[in-house]
Amino acid sequence: MKILGFLLLLAGWAIVIAAVALLVMEVPRAAFVLAGVGVEIVGLVLVIRAHPVQRGEHE
Amino acid sequence: MPAPTLTDTAAALCAVLIFLVPCAAAGLALINTGLGRSRSAAHLMMSSLCVLSIAALVYIVCGFAWQGFIGGPSHSVSLAGKSWNWIAAEPFFLRHQPLEGSPASLAALLGMFSVGLAALIPLGSGADRWRLGACCISTALLAGWTYPLFAHWAWGGGWLEQLGTNYGLGQGFVDAGGASTVQAVGGLTALSIAWILGARHGKYTHDGMPSAIPGHNGVLVLFGCLLALVGWLGLNSAGAILFSGAQPGSVVQVAINTTLSAAVAGLMAAAITQARYGKPDASLTANGWIGGLAASSAGCAFVKPEAAAAIGLAAGVLVTVSVEWFELRMSVDDPGGSISAHAMGGLWGVLSVGLFADIPVRALEAPGGPSGGHPGQWLAQLVGIATLIGFVLPLTYGLNWVLDRVYPQRVDAEGERQGMDLYELGAGAYPEFITHSDEFIER
Repeated sequence: MKILGFLLLLAGWAIVIAAVALLVMEVPRAAFVLAGVGVEIVGLVLVIRAHPVQRGEHE
Repeated sequence: MPAPTLTDTAAALCAVLIFLVPCAAAGLALINTGLGRSRSAAHLMMSSLCVLSIAALVYIVCGFAWQGFIGGPSHSVSLAGKSWNWIAAEPFFLRHQPLEGSPASLAALLGMFSVGLAALIPLGSGADRWRLGACCISTALLAGWTYPLFAHWAWGGGWLEQLGTNYGLGQGFVDAGGASTVQAVGGLTALSIAWILGARHGKYTHDGMPSAIPGHNGVLVLFGCLLALVGWLGLNSAGAILFSGAQPGSVVQVAINTTLSAAVAGLMAAAITQARYGKPDASLTANGWIGGLAASSAGCAFVKPEAAAAIGLAAGVLVTVSVEWFELRMSVDDPGGSISAHAMGGLWGVLSVGLFADIPVRALEAPGGPSGGHPGQWLAQLVGIATLIGFVLPLTYGLNWVLDRVYPQRVDAEGERQGMDLYELGAGAYPEFITHSDEFIER
């Protein structure tokens, strides 16, 4: 789940970069940037949920 | 993008302001130490000194070569017909770089201090359990790669800074004083370190509830806040002049905005803790103060004082709430509150530029040019935030994860029980406070 989360973080960033580089119209560009940020948030949630389990292994 | 020029007066002023930045490092070191346990106090100060030394050395050896400065040599890739400047190509060890007060040399000097500041931030989240050797190697990775790469994008004429000229997104990504390059990069590294190290022994009960491990010296923490303000005044002012084209006279506006933001954030944190717990909490107030400073950095030269107060107010609330959120909901043990103060404060500061800033056309390119709101500025700032979360966080986590596999970063259980001072340094910070049992034996 942690690796998937980090992959989603990178995928979200790639969507943001692609939106900036490829889209010219303001509204679709902003929408895709927001979508990329949304994907990053999902990835962040997965990474966060993966970590408390690992914390227990230290104790 | 053309290389900026500075008058002799502006260069001298800039140099003096940069000399204040180590005060911020001293402040952060005191805050981290005060919020940690007494049995690891000397270790934390020793780590701070080592981290500052390694950061300065590595940054000068190779960091600045990859960060570069506006108008310097760099590598670019072409994407959809536009040039994306992704890394500088300066020679290592500042060779061929005249160190006589040029903007590039001043940027190298500021970078040497600010990379140390960024490297101190993870010490707060790894306090009481991060081995000295591991934090030194981790700092080398931060100062040699992560920080210079992002700093090039945001400060060195990189693709983030060029979002305005290439894609019409406002003035491009704007961060005058390092809310992203220093605070957010350091804060996200702090989050990675906290995740990799895990919580301190005894921090969480078996059912996952956190127990309080209070800092050992509130005086150090609060004095650190005052020192940090002095350093931040220098960092924000020098950064605004060097990287955002602010006029030297704008240092007054920068100083007022920086102080206002910190003051309102600190007061807000004190008020929230007073309302919730019946008494103001010193450590959370300190975190709020630092969060306000971090948030002030991005737009310090381009917002009005009332906007700076609003930025500080939001930072105070955000930091106070997120300290609890990280501890309770995310099970992240961050003794120094570094993640909340620096990462959350820095990210909010970056976003606030898109909401509040009134950015003039870069003064170094067109002095006295028009100013006003810029459509798309918020989008440029959002792209910066997306880059920090979507690229810098995986990068810094990955580097530290690999390091942890090769060289375990967490001290073993015995070291944590004894305290880092005795275990790694062989002597405590406060030897006269130790009660020896033989003192009570009748002679």
